[in-house]
Amino acid sequence: MEYFLELFFGGLTRGSIYALIALGYTMVYGIIELINFAHGEIYMIGAFTALIAASALAMLGMDGWSLLALSGVIAIIYSAAYGFTIEKIAYKPLRKAQRLSPLISAIGMSIFLQNYVLLAQTSDFLSFPALIDEFSFMENVTIIGSAELVIIITTAVATAILTLFIKFTRMGRAMRAVAQDKTMAMLLGVNVNRVISATFIIGSALAAVGGVLISSQIGQINFYIGFIAGIKAFTAAVLGGIGSIPGAVLGGLVLGWTESFATGYISSDYEDVFAFGLLVFILIFRPAGILGKASSEKV
Amino acid sequence: MDSEKRPMLPLIGSEIVKSTLTALWFMFLTFPIMVIKISPLDKTIHWRWMNLVYVGAGAFFLSFLWRYFMERKVQGARADEDGGWQKRAGQRISTDRRIYLPGLIALGAFVAIFPFLFSSYQTSIMITALMYVMLGLGLNIVVGLAGLLNLGYVAFYAVGAYFFALMNHHFGLGFWFALPMAGAIAAIFGILLGFPVLRLRGDYLAIVTLGFGEIIRLILENWNDFSFGPSGIAGISRPGIMGASLTLHQHTIYLYYIMIVMVVFTMIVVGRLRNSRIGRAWIALREDEVACQAMGIDKAKTKLMAFALGATWAGFVGCIFAAKTTFINPSSFTFMESAIILSIVVLGGMGSIMGVVVGAFILILLPEYLRAFSEYRMLVFGASMVLIMVFRPQGIIGGIRQHYTFQRKPAADAGEGGDAACA
Repeated sequence: MEYFLELFFGGLTRGSIYALIALGYTMVYGIIELINFAHGEIYMIGAFTALIAASALAMLGMDGWSLLALSGVIAIIYSAAYGFTIEKIAYKPLRKAQRLSPLISAIGMSIFLQNYVLLAQTSDFLSFPALIDEFSFMENVTIIGSAELVIIITTAVATAILTLFIKFTRMGRAMRAVAQDKTMAMLLGVNVNRVISATFIIGSALAAVGGVLISSQIGQINFYIGFIAGIKAFTAAVLGGIGSIPGAVLGGLVLGWTESFATGYISSDYEDVFAFGLLVFILIFRPAGILGKASSEKV
Repeated sequence: MDSEKRPMLPLIGSEIVKSTLTALWFMFLTFPIMVIKISPLDKTIHWRWMNLVYVGAGAFFLSFLWRYFMERKVQGARADEDGGWQKRAGQRISTDRRIYLPGLIALGAFVAIFPFLFSSYQTSIMITALMYVMLGLGLNIVVGLAGLLNLGYVAFYAVGAYFFALMNHHFGLGFWFALPMAGAIAAIFGILLGFPVLRLRGDYLAIVTLGFGEIIRLILENWNDFSFGPSGIAGISRPGIMGASLTLHQHTIYLYYIMIVMVVFTMIVVGRLRNSRIGRAWIALREDEVACQAMGIDKAKTKLMAFALGATWAGFVGCIFAAKTTFINPSSFTFMESAIILSIVVLGGMGSIMGVVVGAFILILLPEYLRAFSEYRMLVFGASMVLIMVFRPQGIIGGIRQHYTFQRKPAADAGEGGDAACA
């Protein structure tokens, strides 16, 4: 039973990170129908910025929670700035182009950013400081660590804030309108460019949160982490039903649990096979994802 | 005079302000990653302020270029509406025999003597480029013609390569026997993938095919008894020619000619397929699935045909790849490979055969010849992908849709029309 719970919380932690990245994918997809392949790279840049900021601040004598908070904020600001800039350079000029063009541009951007970090920093794994301290009340708990607890709670809070933001604010309403019908939203006076920029900024900020948290838990990063995480998160977004925010979270969690249990009970070699196998299996029975609405096409 | 000159100055001023702001923004953006470098061993920070200056200066000048080319692209789009000169020139070249025949002969001659003009190394690179031409043409059937976004195309490539490698390892099967069989096996895998995804559309299809590609790679990596795991299979025999023993250099030349024949064969077959009944069904499917079904086209059969016929080429190339390198392991078949093949198709121009050829040569030869820049080559590669897409979103050579023009002739045979202009 304890082993089961350990795997359960391990899967929940992993799934939370997938969910945080998947939210960015699903939001961007919902609004401009683009698979943003560079999104994983934003997560990686967030982790690197946090590492650099944390190391620099630690030398100035900062430590503990203030260090985590400050380097986290810096990482979020930078990731958001990167997301904003990438959209302006690689996607905005292609808004009226055929559908696959921005996808290729995104793949190019992803290659570019990976190599940019590789050249400017290093190709080696860098050790990431454990920014999350152990809680004193967690001493006797063995099934879940403090870092994992922080990850799960942060994801829950971030998702809740995002949901409220989309439901109740003016920008959130504009986002829903643009997702539904871009031209109509434009006619009704919604500034579509600003909405798209905001989507990229929010998605990138969430990816940065994920990047900082998971790096702090795992303890090392390199320039390639974004690629794998990006593919997994995209899988999670599709699994849940792309374009749907609760779907992205659910997809992330399902994916995290599948991987965790498959690793724990069957074999760690085939972890990803189970993840993708599950995806194929679910899509056969629900072609639009778990929470996606199966839309019939109008003629 | 005066009235004409006056608006220029504020214009230049505002351009400079714009570029300065861009430069400042990029200096801010690249600050942590470009300037600060932490050395992990002794925990010291290495400040590289010069990088900040480079980024600032680079962004300042590039932003001028960027806006200039953006302006030109917008004007170009306007000009295109009344038939741009490029399009007309392209049509002339492809239809006028006097222009394209000598060009074709010269190209053929160059291709034929290429291995004797250049070194074995150059020929080897050219073989790789030709392999990607074939892969691109195969994927072009699935993505360009049938409009099914396949991100796991490399799986079929892997199937072909492993089929030949394993058959050769266990049973000593020769290249020429394995080649058609590799294509057939890949086609079967194409249908196997095709069945579950028949109902999926667009990006759901993309992720399932991506997953399929990853599953194949992971199985090859982990099923040690079957595929020898990450260490791969070595000592695969090269294609033989009547039992004669060839040197490595001769082998390369031989393989080069095999590739040339295969590429020409592929181009002819794909070109014929595109204009066939099934090819038109694919294009109809791509344009509108519902309307296509309403016209009585069997959607399932058409999609499966696209998957199977697309996969066949990958199977062939996989077999050739195994014979060329004589060693394969799963790391040759990653998702990045699928992404590169897809980029060839889109970058060159979807649905266009010449486009795929040009795209493959650019994407494969560019990193090879950028080796002079060694470490920067992938950076430049990624950036060029973005730039080509931004400034030519339809691809370098966009697919020209085949259309029939009705030409009324003055004499008795009026109404007799039909002059096909095709790419």
